[in-house]
Amino acid sequence: MSSDPRPFPPGEYPAIVIGSGPGGLQASYGLRRHGIAHAVLSADPSPGGMFRRWPFFQRLLSWTKPYAPEERTSREYQRFDWNSLIADEPELRSLQAGLMDGTSYFPSRPEMEANLAAFADRAGIAIRYGCTWQRTRREEGTGGTTFVLETTDGEYRTRALVLAVGVAQPWSPQKTPGIEHARHYADTREASSYAGKRVFIIGKQNSGFELASGLAPWASQIVLSSPSPAKLSVQTRSLVGVRARYVQPFEDNFLGLGVSLLDASTDGIVHAGDAYRVDLKRTDNGMPMSVEADEVIAATGFTCPLQDLPDLGVTTVGRSMLPAVTPMWESVSVPGIFFAGTITQAAHGLRKHGIPANSGAVHGHRYNGLILTRHIAETRFGVETPRPAVPEGDVLGYLLREATCAPELWHQKAYLARVVSVSPREGIRDEGILPLVHALDAMDRDLIAMTVEADGQGSIYPVVYIKKDGRTEEHALPGHPMRDFATAEHRGAAAAAIGSLLPSYARGG
Amino acid sequence: MATREEIADILAGFTLFGDLQTPQLLSVAGVFEEVFFPEGERILRQGLTGSGFYVILEGAANVIVDGTQRSTLNRGDFFGEVSILLGEPPTADVVATGPLRCIVIAGPAVEAFLEAHPKVMFRMLQAQARRLRNANRWRS
Repeated sequence: MSSDPRPFPPGEYPAIVIGSGPGGLQASYGLRRHGIAHAVLSADPSPGGMFRRWPFFQRLLSWTKPYAPEERTSREYQRFDWNSLIADEPELRSLQAGLMDGTSYFPSRPEMEANLAAFADRAGIAIRYGCTWQRTRREEGTGGTTFVLETTDGEYRTRALVLAVGVAQPWSPQKTPGIEHARHYADTREASSYAGKRVFIIGKQNSGFELASGLAPWASQIVLSSPSPAKLSVQTRSLVGVRARYVQPFEDNFLGLGVSLLDASTDGIVHAGDAYRVDLKRTDNGMPMSVEADEVIAATGFTCPLQDLPDLGVTTVGRSMLPAVTPMWESVSVPGIFFAGTITQAAHGLRKHGIPANSGAVHGHRYNGLILTRHIAETRFGVETPRPAVPEGDVLGYLLREATCAPELWHQKAYLARVVSVSPREGIRDEGILPLVHALDAMDRDLIAMTVEADGQGSIYPVVYIKKDGRTEEHALPGHPMRDFATAEHRGAAAAAIGSLLPSYARGG
Repeated sequence: MATREEIADILAGFTLFGDLQTPQLLSVAGVFEEVFFPEGERILRQGLTGSGFYVILEGAANVIVDGTQRSTLNRGDFFGEVSILLGEPPTADVVATGPLRCIVIAGPAVEAFLEAHPKVMFRMLQAQARRLRNANRWRS
């Protein structure tokens, strides 16, 4: 008899979720909603995932507006709250808004951690903490593949594995000579310990600029360097690039005041007396240059801690080692392994006009998690989920309301769609919110998919996709200065688009 | 998976980037992003707006117009630039024939990229001239 009070002792479970960050919590909530028994395992001692530690300077890049035009527990309010997890129960909704002290609409790290802990607690998400996944085997049987997880607590077996282990394993370029002299972002010391020091930061992405902003009161000089020029989100008109919160170092650079931004590759880091010399090659002319620094920090990013899964056949992509996945976030090379949380950014969608989905952040991947768990319930456990009939006369108004208000479409532009199917046998059905690529490529029926999209030039507008007899047409609707997409102009344009599938609209119905 | 250095090494062997020095290749590898497509997945979609410019690192893809295969693209080949330069949706599907790794840059970023790398623009022009010549030969 075990005296271990933790849930989920080693054994076989219909599904297993690994991770207790926002992705793991949302996945567990979603599986439970569909009645799928599962275990949740986490190496951590408490919920929160990366938000138990980061961002380093303790303030998030994603905001929640406690006061917004919509009621806090409404679905529409989710547009104004990027940090809460999603639930059916009103008492579990929009938890972040109630846990902020009013000093900023970007929650502090502890406020975010409290939000996630409150969700886990109030939703009663059971988690086996302190259980570290170490190795993986696969066993082929008559009923398919079983995954055997070796953990610090013993062996777990499942045929549906959901990994929500984040993308937060520190990475630095090991081939750069002297890189061992650089601390990774993850190991940055307390800010005051950089007082009076010359700090060299490798990397010009958000983590580098977060450090530059946070160390500005302490460091005597800050240099940020990487081969490619930094991009700013206010220039890309999206969340691509350095966020507005961290623009101050740019201004300091342009004023020549204490911050320098270099476009150069790092050839090596060597000791120079009590300090270091960073040897560089300029991107513009290939000429060598050197910079002296007292401290070198590698803000060079993170990888996805997939352990031995690549040996098991899981294909990975890019420097972040993200898994190659289907539009429903299942490994393309090892079916039965699914991914939740920030790893869902691996399914890149159409990336129209270069704008990626927001799946790397909670306000994007929380919806992916609910779609994923519905998909697992349907395809792996035979659960039937509702596909309500939609009266033909209601289709147009419904889709335009979704384009105007649906948080899924606004947070996951050109990536998630409200999908309505049309078939002679089943009539008009609301298929729910689905990845656009899944609707276009994997659903073998005629359908209408409504998205909200942005063109990277500042315009936001709804798009209607009509899939008929296997062919897809795209109809961009007009934008609107106040983002109201339910005007007479939109009704006319949308009716013309959907008229090819629903003839009553072509006739002016 | 590939690091920026590994991608720069691969690009150094491609004609399109053959004139660039190492720091510029590293910069290109940072501006582009690596993407993966399993067999059968569409990378470009005929008629859909907003597509990007792709260079194949590994694998092959078929060019399909109205359901008919027109040509095959291989390692080092690039695609997507015509619709970006003309501001029109692609006139073909491009479909992975097996596991396909590419690097991609967004359509709106292509003009600035080519202006910053005139040697790449020249190599692209050469490739286009070759395609045009071959198309004319085929017709005559």
